Amino acid sequence: MRRLRPKSYVGWLVVPALSILLALLVASILIIASGLVGPEKKVNLLLPLVAYRSLLVGSFGSFKGIANMIVAATPLMLTGLAVGVGLKAGLFNIGATGQVLMGGFTAALIGVSVADAPPMVAIPVALLGGMLAGALAGFIPGFLKAFTGAHEVVTTIMLNAFIQLMVSGLVNDVFRAPGFSFARTAPVGNAILAGAGNTTLHIGVIFAILCIPLTYWLLWRTTVGFEIRAVGANPTAALYAGMKPRRMIILTMSLCGAFAGLAGAIEILRLGYYPAVFGTSIGFDGITVALLGQANPIGIMLSALLLGAMRAGAPLMQIQARVPVEIIDVIQGVILIFLAAEIVVRRIFRLRTAPGAGELQTITRTYGEKVVG
Amino acid sequence: MDVLFNIPILGFILQFLVYLVNVIVNGHITPIILGLATPIALGALCGVLNERSGVVNIGIEGMMLFSAYVAFMVALLVHQAFPAERSSLFGATPALIAGVVAAIAAGVLISLLHAWLSISVRADQIISGTIINITALGLTSYLNRLIKPFDSAGTFQSFKPPAELVNLPGVGWIFEMFTAVGPIAMSVIVLVIILQILLFRSRWGLRTRAVGEHPKAVDTVGINVIRLRYRNVLLGGVFAGLAGAYLTLEATGSFQNNMTAGRGFIALAAMIFGRWTPVGAFGGALLFMGSQAIGVAIRLAPPAGDLGTFLAGIQQAYPSIYNNFFTGLPYLLTIIVLAGVVGRSIPPAADGKPYEKESST
Amino acid sequence: MSVAQSPPPRLQMRGITKRYPGVVANNQIDLDVKAGEIHALLGENGAGKTTLMNILFGLARPDEGEILLDGQPVQITDPADAIARGIGMVHQHFMLIPVLTVAENILLGAETMANSIFLDRSEARRRIIELGKRFGFEIDPDARVETLSVGWQQRVEILKALYRQAQILVLDEPTAVLTPQETVEIFAVLRRLAAEGQSIIFISHKLYEVLEIADRITVIRHGEVVGTRQPSQTNEDDLAALMVGREIQLAVERGTSHPAEPILTLENLTVRSDRGQEAVRGVSLTVRAGEILGIAGVAGNGQDELVEAITGLRHSHGGTISLAGENITGWSVRDRREHGLGYVPGDRQKFGLILEFPISDNLVLTRYYNRPFARGIQRVDPAIEKWAQEKIKEFDIRTPSWAVPAGTLSGGNQQKVIVAREFSRDLQLMILDQPTRGLDVGSIEFIHKQAVRKRDAGTGILLVSAELDEILELADRIAVMYRGKIVALMDGRPTANKEEIGLLMATGGRVPAEGSPTEPSGQAGATPDTSVRGETS
Repeated sequence: MRRLRPKSYVGWLVVPALSILLALLVASILIIASGLVGPEKKVNLLLPLVAYRSLLVGSFGSFKGIANMIVAATPLMLTGLAVGVGLKAGLFNIGATGQVLMGGFTAALIGVSVADAPPMVAIPVALLGGMLAGALAGFIPGFLKAFTGAHEVVTTIMLNAFIQLMVSGLVNDVFRAPGFSFARTAPVGNAILAGAGNTTLHIGVIFAILCIPLTYWLLWRTTVGFEIRAVGANPTAALYAGMKPRRMIILTMSLCGAFAGLAGAIEILRLGYYPAVFGTSIGFDGITVALLGQANPIGIMLSALLLGAMRAGAPLMQIQARVPVEIIDVIQGVILIFLAAEIVVRRIFRLRTAPGAGELQTITRTYGEKVVG
Repeated sequence: MDVLFNIPILGFILQFLVYLVNVIVNGHITPIILGLATPIALGALCGVLNERSGVVNIGIEGMMLFSAYVAFMVALLVHQAFPAERSSLFGATPALIAGVVAAIAAGVLISLLHAWLSISVRADQIISGTIINITALGLTSYLNRLIKPFDSAGTFQSFKPPAELVNLPGVGWIFEMFTAVGPIAMSVIVLVIILQILLFRSRWGLRTRAVGEHPKAVDTVGINVIRLRYRNVLLGGVFAGLAGAYLTLEATGSFQNNMTAGRGFIALAAMIFGRWTPVGAFGGALLFMGSQAIGVAIRLAPPAGDLGTFLAGIQQAYPSIYNNFFTGLPYLLTIIVLAGVVGRSIPPAADGKPYEKESST
Repeated sequence: MSVAQSPPPRLQMRGITKRYPGVVANNQIDLDVKAGEIHALLGENGAGKTTLMNILFGLARPDEGEILLDGQPVQITDPADAIARGIGMVHQHFMLIPVLTVAENILLGAETMANSIFLDRSEARRRIIELGKRFGFEIDPDARVETLSVGWQQRVEILKALYRQAQILVLDEPTAVLTPQETVEIFAVLRRLAAEGQSIIFISHKLYEVLEIADRITVIRHGEVVGTRQPSQTNEDDLAALMVGREIQLAVERGTSHPAEPILTLENLTVRSDRGQEAVRGVSLTVRAGEILGIAGVAGNGQDELVEAITGLRHSHGGTISLAGENITGWSVRDRREHGLGYVPGDRQKFGLILEFPISDNLVLTRYYNRPFARGIQRVDPAIEKWAQEKIKEFDIRTPSWAVPAGTLSGGNQQKVIVAREFSRDLQLMILDQPTRGLDVGSIEFIHKQAVRKRDAGTGILLVSAELDEILELADRIAVMYRGKIVALMDGRPTANKEEIGLLMATGGRVPAEGSPTEPSGQAGATPDTSVRGETS
């Protein structure tokens, strides 16, 4: 076992920041290439700057822009927590997508039934319902992992696909609201998350932001959080000390599902209905947010804001620089590659190499094993 | 007869089994099953090569997707540049062959990234694989949006076996399965058998199995663990690339965003189900995708009798759910099988543990 | 210059120096080994023996010095090179792959090929059987290594080296995992090898063994050679003094015990292993307050399952466990701990500590949910810190602060954290599982003293150890476990007889008939591998 050295808190921020920088550099190459293939067919070396500038303007250039950024970041904070809290327990929850869909769908159905109730009642009830549905979607892979050892990485992806198909089918066949040109549920009425003033800011933002300090308190100030982290770091030692790893795994996955379900509920209530085909990237973005934020609530919040900014500014970038919005997905991926290869990042910038494994290294350990206790 | 909610269960089960046997033997769907199973089996072979050597590879999905895109685009470009007549052998053209070669190269290239991250950088291998999936999805979606394809190089054509062979009573369906398919699908069974034999009877196979169980032991007998692992991961990339080429050059003639749709993960489940052996993984692939094929059959040629009426009733009332259920059946099956099989199916002991050459403590 | 020069020794290591950050592992070490000689390397844990042999085997490079084989200087670049030069190593922790067969393990890296791709298994099989016969044992090449007993696995390791035509065989602590009986057998094999001209380097820290088997003994201390002796010229005390550099107390003062009422009672306890076989078969045992009961036995005879059942980590399938009068069969781990059970697990890094967590968290790992460390669900950090500082002082844990991760501590200090945590409670029963494995002499002394002190305070102690010496030193009563049963129960020193206990550990008390092979003990509950037989020579 390598000797661990005390954690350096500077390293915590430096490598993610540098990874982002390097990723933007790499993406520049792609952007230049896109200029080549685009309508003008020329090599414009300044195109990346144009693109990034519109990205910034789109998100920070106006009050509306900032509002859009926060609104885009809101569900990402929650899905980031959905993945990040799991990482603390040694679980890789890539089922946030399915949990988001469950949460949104349930919130839409509840919203329809409380459409006439006062918003102060309708909104919390719908959000709560979404959280519980998401928790259920997280409970299933958690239970399977705890009692059969089926690794959550595979079961959650399978559930994502299955949930997507089944919810879509339900909207088409059972819950389809008449009178619309495409398949969707009925309006949620008073459960809608309306924008404040003429911005897109809504009350769900507050709920999401509150989850950040709540998670911090849970993980580091409570006995439950201690158990979660202990089971994530060394489940056998936790077992020997009298903790119950199985219970923790199920609890954590359910909690993660609840976070993701809340994210889905917020997005759907913002929309006002659930469409049969609900294409959203927030589930997968949550993975980037969690990894970039090093599974730490503050880091997750910052990463969510960053990614939210990129997503909010991307449409303007597509218009002004003719760069498809999908470049954000590429940037995400490259950021993650640099994060994973942090040793390369450190070498490029001549940083001190910190030995010892961080929390992110504990996922693969449980790949083929059954959980005891 | 068990009756639940007015549904005679036992009778249905029997009817279904009869239908199953009938549709497999007489329904000419076995080539479809092999076709559906091909990318899964190839992906599972990639997984076997990786994990037998001790490297967990969750990124098969991304490798497949990226290779599929490369195959399609390269074939398209070659087709544009050198349009050619279709040959009589599987309808192959230089474009299609170039596409396959390019896909294999792409698979190997991404495997190089995974190998580097997992073996040299020693990052967490599941995270590394997930990153490959995310990046591949992002990159292919971006490129697909940027360069909107307006044409296609077409696909390989299936071989047409003689009717006497296909209609042999009792066993015709087996011949049909392995012959009435395209070249890549046909190669699967060959590759499976070759890999199985090599894994258990050759020197390479012995060293591979050893390095996944106890790399330190392998090191102390003088074998280079790192080089062995790198080579096997790259070899796995060949299979992932082939799977990608299949999707765009044999199964369909186009590329859609995220067209792999989780196949890479089903491949992992097939590998686990098959106890990390090529033959077992192939069986798993047939099992998982066979369920989808049966679903297609049920919709095209519904069973007779009470079962048929019952199913038709459901289909009428809930068409979207009915269809989506069968589409989603492989995913559901994967979960069920994994839950039942883990703990009984034991991975190589050093699977997922990066190897560090320690100087003596 | 003499006309008739004797041939140079097969192996010479001259002036070998190896430095690691912060420590000089080998300092100008000279060693020579003749053909047909059994040469022992004696030294404490961490003295530098393994480093030296790693250099010989190509796993490390010396900073200074040279190696000569048959008088010719050589550079050994890696294990493959060492093997090619005829150096074979039998590691302390076997380098065998459990799921593969004996033949596959032996072949790996030196594969006998039928053609350029496929192995020639029948030829390999033939050669292995022949090789085994030559050195006095019959081996089944197709047996899976995981089914073999430890003694037989060791023979496979030796065969690995011989298959590659090793002329110099290095054995690193070969008897660490063997019963006295198996040790006798392996010594016979070694003597036969030496008679055939093999050079054997025998690394050990066990004085009496080294005196028995070696032709010459080189003692290493703190990375330097402090003396070379012939067994006839020396004795245990001399060697011990050389090894440690001072007069050491070879055993802690145990004093008399004053046992009181029974604190742990096992009645007809049955426990199954992971494979579903009975690992503990109807064990009945009592530990009394104020005494140390030691369980002696070769690893794998059910001790792990027994301890797991008592601590609550494993279900028992029959019988009862009573702690301080209460029937605790079926209680959770936490409930048992609350009732007065303490447990120092056998693998401190895997089971006893969370290395990434700070020392303070590790010190409260079993009690973090109780007052004063928590109020309800909320943790009380100041109370935890204060407690941690107290314990660090009390148990002399060498660390800059309570906040650093436990992984930064040395092995001895890590064990002290666990001991501090477990021993700082009023306990009815304490279970110690291999408590001093891999520790330096100072830490061993400390922990043994703590155990005796706890006993004198009235706690009952159950000691499970693979080191028979530790049991003889500490235990007031000794139970011998064989194949899941307690086959003997006796008083400790001075009445206990080491050879007798060793025999019981190896055979369970059945006296072998004249001339018939003795079965070495194997996996508890597993059917004995009757295809693998040994001959007593």
